[in-house]
Amino acid sequence: MHPPKIRFTGLLAALLALAMVAVSCGGSDDDGGTGATGGGGAQTTEARLSATLNASGATFPKPFYEVVIAGYQKEQPGVTVNYNGTGSGAGRQALQDGVVDFAGSDGLVNAADVAKYKGELLYVPTVAAPITVSYNLGDVRDLTLDADTIARIFQRQIRKWDDPAIAALNSGVRLPSTDITVARRSDGSGTTENFSKYLVAAAPDTWTLRSGSTVEWPGDTQAGNGNQGVAQIVKSTAGAIGYVDLSDAKASGLQFAKVRNKADRAVVPSVDGATAAMAGAQVNADLSYNPLNADGADAYPITAPTWILVYKNQTDKAKGEAIKSFLRYLLDDGQKLAEDVDYAPLPKSLQEKAVAQLNNIAVPVA
Amino acid sequence: MTLTTRPPSPARPGALASPGRAGLSDRSFRSLTLGCGLLVLVILGLITISTTQEAWPAFTHDGLRFFTSDRWAPSADAFGSLPFVYGTVVTAVIALVIAVPISVGMALFLSDVAPRRLRRPVSSLVDLLAAVPSVVYGLWGVIVLAPWLAGIYGRVSDVTSPVPVLSNLFEGPSSGRSLFTAGLILALMVTPIITSISREVFDTVPTTAKEAAYALGSTRWEMIRAAVFPHSRAGVVGGVMLGLGRAMGETIAAALVIGSSPQISARLFGSGDSMAAVIANEFGEAGGLHRAALIGLGVELFAITILVNLIARHVVGRAGVRS
Repeated sequence: MHPPKIRFTGLLAALLALAMVAVSCGGSDDDGGTGATGGGGAQTTEARLSATLNASGATFPKPFYEVVIAGYQKEQPGVTVNYNGTGSGAGRQALQDGVVDFAGSDGLVNAADVAKYKGELLYVPTVAAPITVSYNLGDVRDLTLDADTIARIFQRQIRKWDDPAIAALNSGVRLPSTDITVARRSDGSGTTENFSKYLVAAAPDTWTLRSGSTVEWPGDTQAGNGNQGVAQIVKSTAGAIGYVDLSDAKASGLQFAKVRNKADRAVVPSVDGATAAMAGAQVNADLSYNPLNADGADAYPITAPTWILVYKNQTDKAKGEAIKSFLRYLLDDGQKLAEDVDYAPLPKSLQEKAVAQLNNIAVPVA
Repeated sequence: MTLTTRPPSPARPGALASPGRAGLSDRSFRSLTLGCGLLVLVILGLITISTTQEAWPAFTHDGLRFFTSDRWAPSADAFGSLPFVYGTVVTAVIALVIAVPISVGMALFLSDVAPRRLRRPVSSLVDLLAAVPSVVYGLWGVIVLAPWLAGIYGRVSDVTSPVPVLSNLFEGPSSGRSLFTAGLILALMVTPIITSISREVFDTVPTTAKEAAYALGSTRWEMIRAAVFPHSRAGVVGGVMLGLGRAMGETIAAALVIGSSPQISARLFGSGDSMAAVIANEFGEAGGLHRAALIGLGVELFAITILVNLIARHVVGRAGVRS
């Protein structure tokens, strides 16, 4: 492992890292021993590899990557994979700077930024997960919302739970006249990005805040740090509503709403709903795809995708082979681990395309 | 941080014995310290250059609006830093308004009122407050303090609602995550700094001056007013300025409790945002112009901090002349 290059941007990063060190308190583990001696007796079908892979990026798929890394460690004890949840933007920047071997990203690379990378990039879709619209409304256990209503609630145009717009979607449900409290993220987030992208796509006439990792929320919304922070606000505030990823919503024991999809069916956020959304999405040649507001009767419409970004032309033989081997594991055995941590595995067709994508990674012979 | 006052050590008799060697060592010591001093300037210069360079796209994109606009909307490529400057200043002012009287009182207690055997343990405890990591203050603030304060804020806004100006400042409803909560947490964080500097300064007041005041028949408070305050004004102002710098630059505690709404509002119980907090919150997912704008905020905070320090230096200088 060569020491990281120190450059002007490095100095800058150090300065800002001071400000951020407490946020990303994960910290990078010291990757001293590359385990060249191997050791252990795990028999694998693949050749024994030895490398240390450093990666950083999206926090949203991190719990999934962690179980995959733990599983992969058993297959290839000589390969150490470090995944640092710094956020998609920081992960892409790190890949641009060449300080990581691959990056996790919830979003695609802007056309304007493509030239800043050190070579051609490949997208490897890994997993997806539903974003729930969670709420705290006492004994109201069954709530249905549609994109238009969600947009108006989060823009503070609907301020009470017994608003006619909500009542129209929930005939037979007794809605209290409680004030609505909107909970949203205080930090920039891929979850916010996907949630706002969904509203742009599904409620274009109503949603005016556009999409992004942070949007211009009304001043009287409540901000929480991370999915847990939003979940905590929803849990502790009667009448609160917020967008939280499925695993955190479940962990906090929140109620979540059914959301009407493009086929006008109310779908509960679930792993199956997310896989159906991926299956209904149009997949492009570079394996970018958009499962938000996807077609399909069972598709849960607020389904967030995520990718691993990797350079097509690898420069280091050991690392290149380790990356291919790790990603192959992630797309094969790793997919079976997804549901345990509330992520949706790729549908068969997309999974096959993703495995085929790995063959495009070129590793130097020597 | 501890400042220990030590009586000036008597010069060792042999130290000045051989003038030639002393000259050489003086010269090398001089260049060594000069190098250290210059290193600071070089580092500051490099930081300024590289951050300004990275922030340049945002400065050229928004021009002067970067500094004058109150609209921060990364999704619409609009980057106005004013709400963050406002939040930074308001929270720092709240922090100082609360922390300065408490700190000065605590320092006076420790230097002039407390029984001698109590002084050391209490001042160690105060210093210990400064050693608590800011994320601990932040988490405590958001999990324990903010929900509790929300109830108190509610009562305060009910009581003040008929009063013209106060009703605007203390208007509800509040979630507890607000400018005022951030100010309170910051006050807690700067108190140990101001206290320990003030205490050191009060300790340097000559006993003769104090006894002179007593001899003239002063009470203890009159003695403090006549002898302690005039002598230590500059030092206390310096301590306050250090505290102000800490309050303005504090990141993670503010990020957790301030509410993260970039808005300029007189409502102290409403949410706001500060410069350091928004950088911490949004940097991870930022790209392109957004990233440049966040770095631009860093440059602006850097400039404001330098400005505050220069003003402080000026104030201390003037106060020093007067006393």
